[in-house]
Amino acid sequence: MITIPKASNPQDDMADTDLIVRKDRTSLKRVLSKSVLGLISLFMLIPIMIVLLSWTQPMADIWPHMGEYVLPQVLKNTAILLAMVTVISGSVGTSLAWVTSMYRFPGQRFFSWALMLPLAIPAYVFAFVTVGMVDFSGPLQTSLRELGVTTAIPSVRNVWGAGFILSLAFYPYVYLLARQAFLSQGHRAIEAGQMLGLSRSRVFFRLALPQALPWIIGGLLLASMETLADFGAVSVFNVDTFTTAIYKAWFGFFSLTTAAQLAALLIGVVFIVVIFEQYWQARRGSITAQSSNKRLTSNAAAKWGMTLLCSLVFLLAFLVPFLQLLYWTAMNYRQDFDARYIDFVTNSLLIASMTTVLIAFLAIIIAWIKRQYADKSTKLMTTLANLGYVVPGTVLAVGVFIPIAWLDNQLIAFGITTKQVLSGSVIVMLLALSTRFMTVSFQPIDRQLQRLTVNQEAAAELLSSSPLQRWRQVVLPVLSPGVLTALLMGFVEVMKEMPITLMTRRQGWDTLAVRVFEMTSEGMWARAALPSLLIVLVGLIPVWILLRQSEKHS
Amino acid sequence: MSLQALNAPFAVSQPIKATLSVAVVSMMLALVGCNKAETPEQTTQGETPATETETTAAPADSEQVVTIYSSRNEQLIKPLLDKYTEATGVKVELVTDKAGPLMERLKAEGDNTPADMLLTVDAGNLWQAAEQGLLQPVASETLNANVPAKYRDPEGQWTGLSLRARTIMYDPSKVDASELSTYADLADPKWKGKLCLRTSNAVYNQSLIASMIENLGEEKTEQVVRGWVDNLATDVFSNDTSMLEAIAAGQCQVGLSNSYYYGRILDEKPDFPVKIFWANQDTTGTHVNISGAGVVTGSDNPDGALKLMEWLSSDEAQGLYASSDKEYPVKEGIDESEMLRSWGEFKRDDISVQKFGSLQTQAIQLMDKAGYK
Repeated sequence: MITIPKASNPQDDMADTDLIVRKDRTSLKRVLSKSVLGLISLFMLIPIMIVLLSWTQPMADIWPHMGEYVLPQVLKNTAILLAMVTVISGSVGTSLAWVTSMYRFPGQRFFSWALMLPLAIPAYVFAFVTVGMVDFSGPLQTSLRELGVTTAIPSVRNVWGAGFILSLAFYPYVYLLARQAFLSQGHRAIEAGQMLGLSRSRVFFRLALPQALPWIIGGLLLASMETLADFGAVSVFNVDTFTTAIYKAWFGFFSLTTAAQLAALLIGVVFIVVIFEQYWQARRGSITAQSSNKRLTSNAAAKWGMTLLCSLVFLLAFLVPFLQLLYWTAMNYRQDFDARYIDFVTNSLLIASMTTVLIAFLAIIIAWIKRQYADKSTKLMTTLANLGYVVPGTVLAVGVFIPIAWLDNQLIAFGITTKQVLSGSVIVMLLALSTRFMTVSFQPIDRQLQRLTVNQEAAAELLSSSPLQRWRQVVLPVLSPGVLTALLMGFVEVMKEMPITLMTRRQGWDTLAVRVFEMTSEGMWARAALPSLLIVLVGLIPVWILLRQSEKHS
Repeated sequence: MSLQALNAPFAVSQPIKATLSVAVVSMMLALVGCNKAETPEQTTQGETPATETETTAAPADSEQVVTIYSSRNEQLIKPLLDKYTEATGVKVELVTDKAGPLMERLKAEGDNTPADMLLTVDAGNLWQAAEQGLLQPVASETLNANVPAKYRDPEGQWTGLSLRARTIMYDPSKVDASELSTYADLADPKWKGKLCLRTSNAVYNQSLIASMIENLGEEKTEQVVRGWVDNLATDVFSNDTSMLEAIAAGQCQVGLSNSYYYGRILDEKPDFPVKIFWANQDTTGTHVNISGAGVVTGSDNPDGALKLMEWLSSDEAQGLYASSDKEYPVKEGIDESEMLRSWGEFKRDDISVQKFGSLQTQAIQLMDKAGYK
């Protein structure tokens, strides 16, 4: 509820002198805002700069080898993976979002939230569960052979298998963001379309889809960046990508320089993509938030078709891997489950919550400043602040660790401290994780902020007495679904994250993901099921919260 | 349009708002709390603290803490370290990660590192750590006596602590042991469509190829690797365990694995239908690699680290490596576990393990060229 303030603000009597004062204030505000943005971007950029600086070092002599024997395969695989994830995640995510938000069909209420659940399963877990299940020696093919079926099922341990699993693991990004768009604007589009006599599919392709595109592309951007940075899943499938090439240069050839140079190339590619995306987004303009509760009607066959589609995706992307984890856990928990798990869970929860809140807070600031000053330098800084997501976790961890350790060593050298206080502290973990996941928060918040129209803002400026009030009464209400999505996605991401946590945690600060690493590093997949299952279960909490929220709106 | 209408569709309900603000505040408090909670602990890390939380009158030795950066699997190494703490009262802190990131961490921390010891698998990794100046030379009578020279760095920067044999595994229902001989023989066309391999990204394969380059020369080794690739029954595996399961399931008939992976499966499934064959017995001997450790250059407690390493080379610890981890003791004359004895004696390749480190780059390049993924 908004109480309309009395228009007694002296500044509202616009005397000429006031105008000058205002102008001064705006320029001051501008400088201030930009410095804040610059500071945040710089903060986020340090680890990436460390990586980029590698190009100032001479090319290692393994470059010709990498160029001839490694990179061609890497580029091919990366292209296939990106294409698969974009097409499959994009179409699956968008169509599921469309049917669950626009139609009533058997199971619609259930699926509208259940289809978010795969978000809680880390891609590396999804990968080892899949390979464990469907490989030649897995239960599926073994029982088929026992039944006398000897037809060879093609191996999944290749780029196609990896692409399929990554698509299933990452479609929820598209689903979540697209659903947010459809829920609030789809009905209007349909009403308008129907009035104009357009068919269903034309309404979707001509009206609803174009309007929801910024959201869908935001989701696809997350999915593709996640694909580019993935190491765990592709190594289970043994597919060479940019990330594995980086690891090969580093762990195999012990040339961190080459590894960093490869990472810098990767960042360069993504930088171009992101710039293009922003340019494209900017041309779309802002979209009004509107909503209605009406649902579309459809015939029975179509309804059951929707149920079937949702069931299939839910089964493949969540239920089957979840049940397999449950089964493995049941078989193995006695060996591993002990009191330490209380620590693992609390540590995971704590670091995920802290990071999530921090990045949501920073993302709001960045998105707001970006909205106020849509010039080139602002856009550039925003882009830079969001690049961390594409840097493979381990490389980013090194980028964070080197400056922090340097700072620590300086503090010790100058006698300010006697030992390291920063390295291995929660602050470093927070910093590294924030750098990595900033964009996960930024995407939904930025998209949501685009819905705040200039008119709304102007009305608010007219009616509210203070900026704070304006924020509370107009901006935050519009922003809150985006913030919630940001919190949910950030939380789940940090829960799942492995390499940064491994590198930056202090002694004894083990999380569930660290446990998964301990087990999978020796190929003990069945024993990795217990911590994996807990990651999924804890990750479901925010999914459930978000669901309750989105139900209130729909 | 009224302001209410603007507000309505996206209003977050009051309870959620409250929850959110409580969440934010508590996170901030938690953050502060964490840092505060750290301070007393952190003071205990460095020099000898005046007051410990555990006020039990322990011997002076127990005040010392040895911090290990380890790339060894925690559940395999922790029981051994716990035994050490039990026996001596010395606390052991364990930080685990992959070897590469741990080395970067050591480099960044320099002289102020909290680590005293680097514990890792594969001679190549240890050699690299020494190359990069992360380890300091130590002179220890005990280590010299317990660990044969070929498993140690000549300058004493690192020491092998357990041995890992990488050899041929086969399906006895389809393959007769008399058909098997050397690693190179697996390149013979008679194995076409019958061979399973783990990825060339695995450091164990890199060291095996390095040893083959040393034994057979580069040209011959490349031919062998090409032959392996031609004989593959299916895409390469991401770990040894899956590869062994594939042999058991009949997807292929022969493969290469470290012996302890096989041993750990046998522990759980005594009827596992795969057999072990010691490769190259008539020629150079079966390829063995090490797991090992070194004292970190910037260590505050190098003596503590060395003592722990000496203990790990003792009869008691060496016996544990064999019985619980199914690895071979690096010390000679240790009573191996029953399972290891059942696999029989075998001739080991005599190459000094430090060769693996220096030949690693060459080995990887060779595998890339030969199309071994």
